[in-house]
Amino acid sequence: MSDLNAIVDILKGEFGDAVLGHHEFRGQTSVVVAKDRIADVATFCRDDGRLGFNMLTDLTAVDRTPRTPRFDVVYNLYSFPHNRRLRLKAPVEENDTVPTVEGVWKAANWLEREVYDLFGIVFDGHSDLRRILLWDGYVGHPLRKDYPLEGIPQKVVYR
Amino acid sequence: MGVETKLPPVLVTNLEKLVGWARKNSIWPATFGLACCALEMMVASSASYDIARFGAEVFRPSPRQSDLMIVAGTVTKKMAAMVQKIYRQMPEPKWVVAYGTCACSGGIFNVYNTVQGVDQFLPVDVYVPGCPPRPEQLLAALIKLQDKIAREKFSDRPDTAAAAG
Repeated sequence: MSDLNAIVDILKGEFGDAVLGHHEFRGQTSVVVAKDRIADVATFCRDDGRLGFNMLTDLTAVDRTPRTPRFDVVYNLYSFPHNRRLRLKAPVEENDTVPTVEGVWKAANWLEREVYDLFGIVFDGHSDLRRILLWDGYVGHPLRKDYPLEGIPQKVVYR
Repeated sequence: MGVETKLPPVLVTNLEKLVGWARKNSIWPATFGLACCALEMMVASSASYDIARFGAEVFRPSPRQSDLMIVAGTVTKKMAAMVQKIYRQMPEPKWVVAYGTCACSGGIFNVYNTVQGVDQFLPVDVYVPGCPPRPEQLLAALIKLQDKIAREKFSDRPDTAAAAG
């Protein structure tokens, strides 16, 4: 849709070389953004009147082994005023950290904890980065491609 | 209460039959609905399938007041300790029905966080496979459990076993 291309143009106009690319599939637009500027891009997406993406519907990651950079952190955004959706993708190397967007959308607090728990991606500046679904003391990050499906034998810790 | 130790064996047998009949016709389940199978269990207690015909319409939320634990749904490793805690809080006599394949054997989830069957840490009396099993299968399992309860002797149950000698 033409207004989604307009969004990409607005982002490129504001951030220039931080926008690494974009693609569209069946009406869904995804913009690939450099991870170092993701907090600025997120703030702009939320605050700019033409974009107005005031809801973070999901924050997740994809393990693209054997591609480097290994992970793609994916931000799914929704705009209530304009009723449209956008996807931001930030490629992240293994053992690299990503700036948090917790200050932009509160929902990112738990969503980033989930990504840390299951992928091991650390978010800089997060207020409380610890495991959320699995128990503390769990060894490994299960959604990585090199983690066995049945899990590693380990003790369950109950508090 | 120990009266069964004082009776001659022919009366003990008839007392066992009476006690078995009373227990099987008034099973009070404690729902442990964890996932999707919980909905099938709720439907089984609704009007179309009517678990009340078997005396089991009283689904007690408290384990202290129930005698059957229907584990309906996937048990994760984090939840396993809580399931066992609730089981231990139930007074004797108590039975367990593993409802659905996740409770029987882990189901399709042979993964890092799922217990492969609730019988890893609980004694199960009846297994009901299915994903989810239809409510009629829960009623069939209840009938099977009723037959099992009717056949029980005092020596089978820990609370009366010492008395029966």
